[in-house]
Amino acid sequence: MTATRSGVLRVVEREAQIFKSLWRGPVILSFITPVMFLAGMGVGLGGMVDDGTGGSGAGASDLGGLDYLSFVTPGLLVASAMQVAAGESLWPVMAGKKWMRTYHAMVATPLDARHVFGGLIVWSGVRAAMSGAAFLLVAAILGGVPSPWAPLALLASVGCAMAVSSLVATFAVGQESDQSFAVLMRIGIIPLFLFSGTFFPVEQLPDAVEPFAAVSPLWHAAELARGATTGHIEALEVLLHSLALVGFFVVGWWWGTRRFTRELQT
Amino acid sequence: MRPGTPAVASAAVTEPAEPPLIHASSLTKRFDDFTAVDGIDFEVRRGEAFGFLGANGAGKSSTMRMIGCVSERTDGELQVLGLDPRGHGTDIRGRIGVVPQEDNLDTELTVWDNLLIYGRYFDLPRDVIRRRAEELLEFAQLTERKHDRVDPLSGGMKRRLTIARALMNRPELILLDEPTTGLDPQARHLLWERLYQLKREGATLVLTTHYLDEAEQLCDRLVIMDRARIVAAGSPRALIDAHATREVVELRFATSDARDDAALALEQDAAGARVEALAERVLVYTDDTDHTMGRVDALITPPASVLVRRSTLEDVYLMITGRTLDE
Ligand SMILES: Nc1ncnc2c1ncn2[C@@H]1O[C@H](COP(=O)(O)OP(=O)(O)OP(=O)(O)O)[C@@H](O)[C@H]1O
Ligand SMILES: [Mg+2]
Repeated sequence: MTATRSGVLRVVEREAQIFKSLWRGPVILSFITPVMFLAGMGVGLGGMVDDGTGGSGAGASDLGGLDYLSFVTPGLLVASAMQVAAGESLWPVMAGKKWMRTYHAMVATPLDARHVFGGLIVWSGVRAAMSGAAFLLVAAILGGVPSPWAPLALLASVGCAMAVSSLVATFAVGQESDQSFAVLMRIGIIPLFLFSGTFFPVEQLPDAVEPFAAVSPLWHAAELARGATTGHIEALEVLLHSLALVGFFVVGWWWGTRRFTRELQT
Repeated sequence: MRPGTPAVASAAVTEPAEPPLIHASSLTKRFDDFTAVDGIDFEVRRGEAFGFLGANGAGKSSTMRMIGCVSERTDGELQVLGLDPRGHGTDIRGRIGVVPQEDNLDTELTVWDNLLIYGRYFDLPRDVIRRRAEELLEFAQLTERKHDRVDPLSGGMKRRLTIARALMNRPELILLDEPTTGLDPQARHLLWERLYQLKREGATLVLTTHYLDEAEQLCDRLVIMDRARIVAAGSPRALIDAHATREVVELRFATSDARDDAALALEQDAAGARVEALAERVLVYTDDTDHTMGRVDALITPPASVLVRRSTLEDVYLMITGRTLDE
């Protein structure tokens, strides 16, 4: 157990080193993009939506009494965590396995495939925490974070990133080229991004589709994050949504350790 | 920068019967129903340079990956540093150095960062890593490139960095999978020098190659692998003595018809112990060069050129497998 932990940390150190050398691109993308969404949708679109419903009209009650900016801030927080995690778990995995073969360098040392996989997942969590913290700060200045519990939303964000990373990296390591990655982003990640209670409540989805939100890690994370930034959530909801995220992670870990081992150590 | 004195070294080793660093018997690797390594036996002793010589697909890398504990054997016995890779992979990997066939450096990072990161994989303290990294840069003649990114370095420099990196944990055993493939002659010689130096300092080297000159220069002992099996084993000298004649008469002809006719005639005349017709040459293996030359002079179409030389590993390979390595 401690051996696994220290192995994972050594892989995280490498990721951090690479990030330190190349941070400008990733930082700009993972921070500026959600802030732009926040400004455009939260402030711009939100101003229109909130006015149109007269503040206390039907629209506002659909949002649980929240103004649109407060509604969309936690959604954007976790949605961008998911995107960062997915990005970190696709092309870098192909680079490690095939293009640069750096994963093969790691498993030739005392590290093994589990450490490579675990390090990647933890690193996705670290990235989500870093860009999420900066994002929450900006959102708070803009007035989208009413509750002092808001920092806890970062936990939801990290949980979301790790669950997504474990599943996406498992998919990626089994591929032989990056052909399918853009497709996964378009038909997998973007629909989740849009329809997981991030920009509008899932109650707005057609009744037949709504139950499917439960299989979206993003929805569970969005509910948790919204509970934190607004201060309104039941203990039972916290428990169930957290368990769901852990469940996704456990499935990803179980399946992924097998696939990583098969790809790197056969 | 001489190849060292293997005879003295191996004589000294025989006195106390030290257990071998690697012991393999009936070692087998199968991928589904394809057999990449088919029941091979070998031993590597401390302080020697041991080679696997073979053509593409012979099973060299598959063997190296099993020794390096990144690929589990399908069958047979394997012990590395006295331990079974099954169950002791992590321990073994911590004590060996691996230079893979394909470089797998972090190309977007600097030379220096590559060494630091790799040292951390072994959980070495940072100050130890920094001290060793300075020494290894010196060894690999890369000190001036310390802060450069790896990507634009030449193939030879990348290879030297990969070797330097493999020495980060002060390994007892160094595995080099085709250390000089794809390099120009100058870069190869520079690399050989580094490997001689390691040998002089007492390292145990296991290397694969499909260059006969490399095997002859670097290896104290080697095995020839062909289609997943070991077909010959011994020191380069012993292999040549056992499998090839003392000398070879190498003939070139103006046309392929002339070549074929000559090969047939020399064969019928028993010009040598064996006659091989290759794409561009006819080789006559002989222990009696005067006799062979007499037969060559009697050919109807005389050869365009004649070369008499001593047998090399290339000839051993050809005698045993019936093929040349560069085809
Ligand atoms: N992971 C794998 N799955 C299936 N077949 C494999 C795998 N790895 C190697 N092989 C096959 O095993 C055989 C031996 O491969 P190996 O890489 O050991 O040869 P090699 O002697 O190193 O050749 P080269 O000189 O080209 O590097 C080849 O036919 C190869 O296609
Ligand atoms: Mg090979």
